[in-house]
Amino acid sequence: MNMDIFLQLISSGFLVGGIYALIALGFVLIYKATNIINFATGEFMMIGAYIFYSLMVYLKLSPFVGFPLVIVCAALLGTLVERLILRHMLGQPNISIIMVTIGLSSILLGVAEMIWGSSFRSFPPLFPRKPILLGEIVLRSNLFYGFLMAMAVVVIFLILFKYAKVGVAMRATANDQMAAFSMGINVKTMFTISWAFGAIAASMGGIIIGNIGGVQPTLGHIGLKIFPIVILGGLDSIIGAVIGGFIVGIVENLAGGYLDPYFHGGVKDLAPFIVLLFILLIKPYGLFGTKEIERL
Amino acid sequence: MNILSVDDVSLSFGGLEVLTDVSFDVTQGDIFAIIGPNGAGKTSILNIISGFYRPKKGKVFFKGNDISHLGPDKRAAQGMGRTFQNIALYHGMSVLDNIKLGAHSHLKTGLMGGLWYWGAAHREEMAMRKKIEEDIIDFLEIETIRKQPVGSLAYGLQKRVELARALAMRPKVLLMDEPVAGMNAEETEDMARFILDIKEEHDITIVLIEHDMKMIMDISDRVLVLNFGQKLTCGTPGDVQKHPEVIKAYLGQKKDQA
Repeated sequence: MNMDIFLQLISSGFLVGGIYALIALGFVLIYKATNIINFATGEFMMIGAYIFYSLMVYLKLSPFVGFPLVIVCAALLGTLVERLILRHMLGQPNISIIMVTIGLSSILLGVAEMIWGSSFRSFPPLFPRKPILLGEIVLRSNLFYGFLMAMAVVVIFLILFKYAKVGVAMRATANDQMAAFSMGINVKTMFTISWAFGAIAASMGGIIIGNIGGVQPTLGHIGLKIFPIVILGGLDSIIGAVIGGFIVGIVENLAGGYLDPYFHGGVKDLAPFIVLLFILLIKPYGLFGTKEIERL
Repeated sequence: MNILSVDDVSLSFGGLEVLTDVSFDVTQGDIFAIIGPNGAGKTSILNIISGFYRPKKGKVFFKGNDISHLGPDKRAAQGMGRTFQNIALYHGMSVLDNIKLGAHSHLKTGLMGGLWYWGAAHREEMAMRKKIEEDIIDFLEIETIRKQPVGSLAYGLQKRVELARALAMRPKVLLMDEPVAGMNAEETEDMARFILDIKEEHDITIVLIEHDMKMIMDISDRVLVLNFGQKLTCGTPGDVQKHPEVIKAYLGQKKDQA
């Protein structure tokens, strides 16, 4: 076995995993506070990527203006979705709420096609083109810088949740809504904030993915791939999402590198689900999930 | 002075009448007990006072103001503390973090400050923490467990932490849903002593629901008796014990007296 190839596969898997972790966070931030699994997370990514693309290409803004603007737009999108749609679903059965988010994903997909068309577009270069070299290992520059960006966002969210007042209030809301109310926490505001946060995380992930592989309306389908990560880590655990992201990124890359040549491809996409299956056999709530969470 | 008034409140879930025309006043500084057989509507009354249920008709007054339209978080911010029948602590968090959450509503810094945890927010937190540590933790004798995760504590201690969290809100009125349910005699005595001390030292009015008759009669200033969602009587423990309707509701009646 060639060691260089192994390290190459592991390290690019690691980078991809970091980006997956950010998108997984988009699921977890919303689930944690509201117990809703947002199946439109992928479409939140796609919309974020398109908005960024438009700001860069049509308005010719610098990325340093573009990022904050996308954050604002994503927060707005999350807030509107919660206020106008999910707020009315409070107290409805979980399955209805899930169907609503699936419907929402179709609507966002349609809207994106109406505005931007269905053709494939690639981003103007954001980062230096030169690949990063670590000894014999070559890292694609888009992947490497995208990874750094994703990690920065993940760390900010981690700190926010652990130490800031709004994070503590969100944890309290997730834990026990009635007690949170009695502590003077406005639970409904917390729901809105968590949707805004989830949309921000997803849109940042969307920009990174769009920068790597270009943007088209079906960019959101990667959300389905992120879903096993979220289940793997435990639906309501931020740290679980991060570790799950790395596991899936690495497993996927190893399987792709070593096994795909022997089959007709496709092992790469299958491998994460096989790992997921094994981990769930041992830990049905995911690696870090709390026991009471919804089992799927 | 009446700190809390419930005025002609009715509540129903679908066709089920839970409360019918219930009115009572709670005097500032009292320990006010609500008793009644299971299903009499005791917890519903607490939920109406703290804003989780909206009554079909009637009003709730707090410190002289009509608060019927306010949500539970607003009422908490105005000084209404609450403990729950089933312990509603945050199990993953430490005792201290749980207590700090109680002081949440007293943090004056806005969202951005709280978000980034700098400057005023930080100083405010430090001052708050000191006050909480000194007063409440000492008062409830939980110094030794302050760093422990709540989930690892014995039941009686968890109840005490929940009380500490409610006190950290520095409430004017404390609503307690069965504070000694499931406790042994010693824990019950401790809790009764704490409740009396809260009333006297912290000048907090207490509204409590309890099934432990001995404790109720020992510590309450006034007692409200509910039966099938209706007010049977309201008075001092002595009066209530002698009231014929109460005896009937609790002990049943002999056939020949019917």
